[in-house]
Amino acid sequence: MTHDPTPDARHIGPVLMDLKNITLRFGGVTAIKDISFDIREGEIRAIIGPNGAGKSSMLNVISGFYVPQEGEIWFEGKRRPAMKPYEVARLGLARTFQNIALFDGMSVLDNIMTGRLNKMNAPLWSQALWWGRAEREEVENRAQVEKIIDFLEIQNIRKTPVGRLPYGLKKRVELARALAAEPRILLLDEPMAGMNVEEKEDMCRFILDVNDEFGTTIALIEHDMGVVMDLSDRVVVMDYGKKIGDGTPDEVRNNPEVISAYLGVEHA
Amino acid sequence: MQNQPDRSGPPSIPALLARNAATWGQRPAYREKEFGIWQSWTWAQAAEEIRALALGFLHMGLAPGDHVAIIGRNRPAHYWSMVAAQMCGAVPVPLYQDAVVEEMAYVLGHCGARFVVCGDQEQVDKVLEVGAGAPKIEQIIYTDKRGMRKYDHSAMNALADVQAEGRAAHQRHEEELDRRIAALGYDDTCVMLYTSGTTGKPKGVVLSNRNIIETARNTCAFDRLTEAEEVLAYLPMAWVGDFIFSVGQAYWAGFTVNCPESAQTMMTDLREIGPTYFFAPPRVFEGQLTSVMIRMEDAGRIKRGLFHHAMNLARRIGPDLLDGKPVGLLDRLRYALGDLLVYGPLKNTLGYSRIRVGYTAGEAIGPEIFDFYRSLGINLKQLYGQTEASVFITQQPDGQVRSDTVGVPSPGVELKIADSGEVFYRSPGTFVEYFNNAESTASTKDAEGWVATGDAGFFEEGSGHLRIIDRAKDVGRMADGRMFAPKYVENKLKFYPNILEAVVFGAGRGMCTAFINIDLTAVGNWAERNNIAYASYQELAGHPQVYAAIREHVEAVNESVAADPMLSGCQIHRFLVLHKELDPDDGEMTRTRKVRRNIIAEKYADLIAALYDGSEQVSTRTEVTYEDGRKGEIRATLRIEDARTFPTAEPQRVAAE
Repeated sequence: MTHDPTPDARHIGPVLMDLKNITLRFGGVTAIKDISFDIREGEIRAIIGPNGAGKSSMLNVISGFYVPQEGEIWFEGKRRPAMKPYEVARLGLARTFQNIALFDGMSVLDNIMTGRLNKMNAPLWSQALWWGRAEREEVENRAQVEKIIDFLEIQNIRKTPVGRLPYGLKKRVELARALAAEPRILLLDEPMAGMNVEEKEDMCRFILDVNDEFGTTIALIEHDMGVVMDLSDRVVVMDYGKKIGDGTPDEVRNNPEVISAYLGVEHA
Repeated sequence: MQNQPDRSGPPSIPALLARNAATWGQRPAYREKEFGIWQSWTWAQAAEEIRALALGFLHMGLAPGDHVAIIGRNRPAHYWSMVAAQMCGAVPVPLYQDAVVEEMAYVLGHCGARFVVCGDQEQVDKVLEVGAGAPKIEQIIYTDKRGMRKYDHSAMNALADVQAEGRAAHQRHEEELDRRIAALGYDDTCVMLYTSGTTGKPKGVVLSNRNIIETARNTCAFDRLTEAEEVLAYLPMAWVGDFIFSVGQAYWAGFTVNCPESAQTMMTDLREIGPTYFFAPPRVFEGQLTSVMIRMEDAGRIKRGLFHHAMNLARRIGPDLLDGKPVGLLDRLRYALGDLLVYGPLKNTLGYSRIRVGYTAGEAIGPEIFDFYRSLGINLKQLYGQTEASVFITQQPDGQVRSDTVGVPSPGVELKIADSGEVFYRSPGTFVEYFNNAESTASTKDAEGWVATGDAGFFEEGSGHLRIIDRAKDVGRMADGRMFAPKYVENKLKFYPNILEAVVFGAGRGMCTAFINIDLTAVGNWAERNNIAYASYQELAGHPQVYAAIREHVEAVNESVAADPMLSGCQIHRFLVLHKELDPDDGEMTRTRKVRRNIIAEKYADLIAALYDGSEQVSTRTEVTYEDGRKGEIRATLRIEDARTFPTAEPQRVAAE
């Protein structure tokens, strides 16, 4: 009876999202320069790189917030046109933010419920009168949210206003809200930033469990190299808007270009 | 001894379950808050669930006499596992879920469990880590599926799957299961519980069906417990009290066991359930009182004034009202008004609105704390017990409740006091033996069934109530032959909200000295209100003003100790405030939070030496263990202060001519 460490035990499916030759410019600045990579169904895909490498821009391209000047995004075998953020959300993408973006005055429960807005289709009159379909939907959505609360072990702060929570817990509530949308792809923008060791360990476990339990595909940006190498199946390394490495954590770790980007180049 | 009850009655827990399912089939047996809603199971449903689990165990090959370890928080499924194991003729062994791997390895190896029921991935990981330490483990069953997908399942199953298999295989195994249930006798083992091990390795206390059922029957009658009671099961399942309250008494009386959503939500769940029968160690009551008082200090002037005014009235007449003593009409009316404005809402906030019987035990409880709850009309009582007695040795009857005694012998219990002062008991609940430890059994229980409690005490003249002074082995002599009872002094110190723990030294020495642990909640709040900045526990503990406050407490204790000529030698001459909290993870306390004196004396030998050599301060390094098992080190320089002592009071002369 031993813990099976190989990730192959998990089902990693076909390519879910394919990014082809993406270039993104802000005026004269080129944030992303001709980058291609793909995300497979069920994997944990990390994007790493030094400060200013263009990681967050890349995530914003994936989430549809930025529209690249060049390149194509293919999702489930179809080319994705330029979309409004809510259309992307309907497609099954949910995200968390680098600097927490929750509603401070609302309870944890209500915050997570906002993640279910996509699933609420009751007509306005029904929602206003709290009768019929609106009530049924609320019950169904609450049940789903409670599962997530249980999963992330935040039962004790269910009714607490988010503004009163410590930072590490807020991050967890953000993850909960993103999960509430039942995303196909979960985008995490520096989920461990500013956390202490214990909070990081908890967050790692939750990310792995989400991936394992719900089979959610996860794309994440992270600075903490140890975390990235432990968590991810494949890693994209960016530097100055260019892709300088792509592969399993081991391949990336031994890639000389990556080493020089992180440790500096030796000028003999 | 015949293997049947003295009166006709169910001879085992599974038999009680069958009776309850027949009698109270539609009444709730278990509730658990999950997904934000209280889920409930009637006795009939619980019986079906437990039977399915037992069939599953049988299908997996559980044999009579096997041990089944259960490690997890209070959940219906874990209680069911215990009864299902009993149905198969096996012995359930609940373990402390916060035990570290080494502790768990010892118990798992000692009982030789073949099946282990784990609450979640964390517990499974620990059991796997024990590995070769408990070679007899064959099957791991887990309740919570999360994170378990990637494990090798060749010898591992989810509890729900075991039940499903049991249901599928019912036709094949039903006959065998019924045969095994019918074979369970009154003197067969009901459960095995490991003592927390204040000294040495934990011992497996074997309790029979007779022990549990007779104790439950007697004590349910004592407090008139019925099927309508509600209890909250939140204390460790490995502790004998939880087994008696949540299994023994619950099955005998047929009442409802409520399991909280998680350890952190216990207080909210308590409020939602509003138990009618409640047990808590003194520290829970202390913690609640501290938080109420802190919040009242932060409240506005009108509210605070109203609260204190109402509480003064309650302290004066509340206990009398509770005991049914005569109280004037005007006072009754004022109390009713107080109930409407203060006591009622306060009890509701604490979750004690419906409480009929409340017990506390394990440690001495401060008189103010005790009186606070009683003055609110909460029938809080004390009991005295231990694992070897199936809990109950003495308890306080309604109307005879005081903070300084532990009550009269429970029904069916005989008591005697040896010449040494040690308390001995004999009861239907007296344990069968220590598992695989005939030597310890013989040294604890004599041929006539008398068991040494290890506590020194005496019967109070007049009331016949038992008073406990201290652990018999801790009661010692000082260098000049005066009596040394550390616990007695420590308890007096701990009654101050600022002091969380105290350890007093002095056996064989010329004077007594003490280590003090501050209570971070109380002292932290005080620091905040007095604009005292601090960065860490260590800094707060060493703050001169904190020292000054603690010294006042120590001197007040000295004064009250001096009033007792027998114990006057125990006054504390010098003390220091420790730089870290005493912690079970560092082995300084047991899991039930009792101080391990000899380990502390060994670990902090340098500090004790400094207490006695007259130095003003001492530098020390202390190893600490983090929750994940890693070790670290704290360095600190501690100040040592002298405390004023008082002359021994003259023995009071009886007024006589």
